[in-house]
Amino acid sequence: MRTSSEIETISKRATKAAGFPWGIAEEVGKNIKNLELLGVSGVENLNQYLKLVKGVETFGPKEISSENKIEPNSFCPFYTGSALLDSASKVEEIKNLTLYSIDFPILLIPFINRLSDRIGKKIKLQIDEYNFLLNLNKFISSDSDLNGLIIENAKIVKIEVQENIDSFQNKVWDQLYELSSETFVEETDRLKENAAGAGLADND
Amino acid sequence: MPDINHRSPKEIMTLSRLGSFYQSKLSFLRSFIREFKDWEFNKDLFELDKDGYGTAVYSVKKDSRAYSLVCFANKLNSIERSDRVIATKWDAAFVLHDGIPTKDDIDRLKENVPKQEVGRVSYKELALSRANKSVRVFEHTVDALASGRQPDENIVKDVGYLYRTTAVYGSGKFGLADRYRIKERSEICGPFRLEMMLVYLVRQFTFDQVNHMAKSRNPNKAVKLSDDIARNLGIGNSTGLGMAPFIVNHPTLLHNWIYSREDALKQIRSIQKVEIKDFDKFKECFEKSKLNINTWKTDSEYQTNKINILIKDLEVFEKNYLLDFEFNENFLWNNLYLWIEKELSEEGIEYIVSMLMEPYDNIVNPLVENMSAEEDLYFDIPGERLVSNLINIIKNNYSNILDIDFDSPNEIANFWFISKNKEEPRVANRHEEEGSELEQPLAIARDVSKLFKRLKDYDSSKTIAEFLMANNDLRHAVRRCFIIEKFPYSEIQDNTIGSQLVPIDMLRLKLSFFGAQKFDPRSDKWLRINMYQGAPLINELKNTDDTWIYNRL
Repeated sequence: MRTSSEIETISKRATKAAGFPWGIAEEVGKNIKNLELLGVSGVENLNQYLKLVKGVETFGPKEISSENKIEPNSFCPFYTGSALLDSASKVEEIKNLTLYSIDFPILLIPFINRLSDRIGKKIKLQIDEYNFLLNLNKFISSDSDLNGLIIENAKIVKIEVQENIDSFQNKVWDQLYELSSETFVEETDRLKENAAGAGLADND
Repeated sequence: MPDINHRSPKEIMTLSRLGSFYQSKLSFLRSFIREFKDWEFNKDLFELDKDGYGTAVYSVKKDSRAYSLVCFANKLNSIERSDRVIATKWDAAFVLHDGIPTKDDIDRLKENVPKQEVGRVSYKELALSRANKSVRVFEHTVDALASGRQPDENIVKDVGYLYRTTAVYGSGKFGLADRYRIKERSEICGPFRLEMMLVYLVRQFTFDQVNHMAKSRNPNKAVKLSDDIARNLGIGNSTGLGMAPFIVNHPTLLHNWIYSREDALKQIRSIQKVEIKDFDKFKECFEKSKLNINTWKTDSEYQTNKINILIKDLEVFEKNYLLDFEFNENFLWNNLYLWIEKELSEEGIEYIVSMLMEPYDNIVNPLVENMSAEEDLYFDIPGERLVSNLINIIKNNYSNILDIDFDSPNEIANFWFISKNKEEPRVANRHEEEGSELEQPLAIARDVSKLFKRLKDYDSSKTIAEFLMANNDLRHAVRRCFIIEKFPYSEIQDNTIGSQLVPIDMLRLKLSFFGAQKFDPRSDKWLRINMYQGAPLINELKNTDDTWIYNRL
């Protein structure tokens, strides 16, 4: 089994060798390591993508907006992911973004996962028919089997920043609170006077 | 209260200053011994033939935790013996196993560990190494012991070790466990602690091996290596450029090492009333250590010159400061420091800075715990910050290097690359050799300077995210600028590709934090050192004094 350290180092060097700048290669090294730790085929996707683009010019967005196209080309997942991550606050503000035509979009996932961590919000990611929920760079959930998943190009990638809301009803919370309150001690008058150290009145 | 601050990174992070660092109480081999002195050390297996070839296992245990060194000693023809990293065979190969190895583990390791880089170990292993004998000392020692006498102290002292390691690998290399698997263990919170453990146990193996071979050669007459001689033998290490990129590639870790040293110095200088026992400890260590300087032998003119400067500095310090010394003055250490800063060279200053730490376990030990780094936490670039912020960061933190003229061929004379045949770092002349298009990103000064020029022509009210969309070729430099903003000692404030570069300055910085002594450059790109010379033997660990490093050799 290859170690995380080996995966990071080799991914970084290979990305540089394919023509990307060192700073981008550093990002990719970390990302592929994380994808593999999460059980997603990072190395396989990277290998195929780098074969495709070695020595070929690739493109990222020139700015981040709700609708992003780069016709007639397709987006590079590294430049696009870096731009999105660098523009985390803007992505949070826009909330719903669409990217048209992106190569090997699985390689975009760790950037968006880190973006989720940066803004402290879950992100729904839709890559054509595949749906992912990215949760603060902690885990990825999906309605598809990610094992061995390789997507050469996605026509549409949608990014939807989720607001932090409770996943449960207030009634459920109240029940849980009620149970937790059983660890509290009922205060008698004597305890009210002595236990906090301030007496019954704390006025000047 | 005098105004006492941390020393400025601009002053400390130059190559010449970093290349003048010495071991100290913060050094990793000393902190390893402090941490593990109460552990139980055992020789669990020792199956060597009469010529000393075979397998041995040593364990280190406490409570439910155990680490084991598995040693494989092999026959090696003298023609095959080489310290170069390109060697493929060694006198012995070692691996540090997590726990107690089973027979299956040992069989598996026997197939792989002697092959080193072309073998494969598993997540159950933590560090990997190999070593070659110092043929002269090793054979002499075995011969002497087999004849019933101790080896000639002069021969032993001259070299200082029986074996010399040529690489010690850790953290995910060749299948070894990734650091994240073990980083929560409190006993290994200091950097390179497992590597230090491996080297310490290898030292014990070398003693056991010579004793075993002597006994096999002459069972009736052989004697054991005396503790006094053994104690004064360390483990040599032959090290090359591999260490240099490490300190550039791990900026937050570098900061934590240097900051710990600087913070210790600041805290010590801030002591208003120095206690007599602390002053005596300083003086005792100073006196003892001075005597050992005479044992530092090297053929290197560069290093000889440094040693001579140090000797002269220490003479000046003794004669012009210590003799007229007023013990009762307030802020004694601060006054002493201000004097050495004014009167001595970088060699003398840094030597005495190391000495100043000796009396202060209470200051140094907590700092040791901060010498690792969670580098991933500081990896992301804050794209929402403004170009004007980045310009200010560069002006505030890189002013030394902004003065360098990188249009001059001399200032870009060298480039760092990874060799194809051994995947090891190398440095070569850019104007004479091929391959500079594959340069590694280690020319930080040049790249930050380039970034600064480009930023000045950019709208300073724009965000870094906007800047990077058109300037990703400098992304690595942008990342470092935001790291140095939080970690001011994270960067070498010097040109790492200029014609004046002395790569061993970078090596010495790292080796000083390891706790190495006896720097012996074999060229400007590799050197030999000694580790654990004077260190307590395994049976002495429990009662050891942390100042063992100054014991008379």
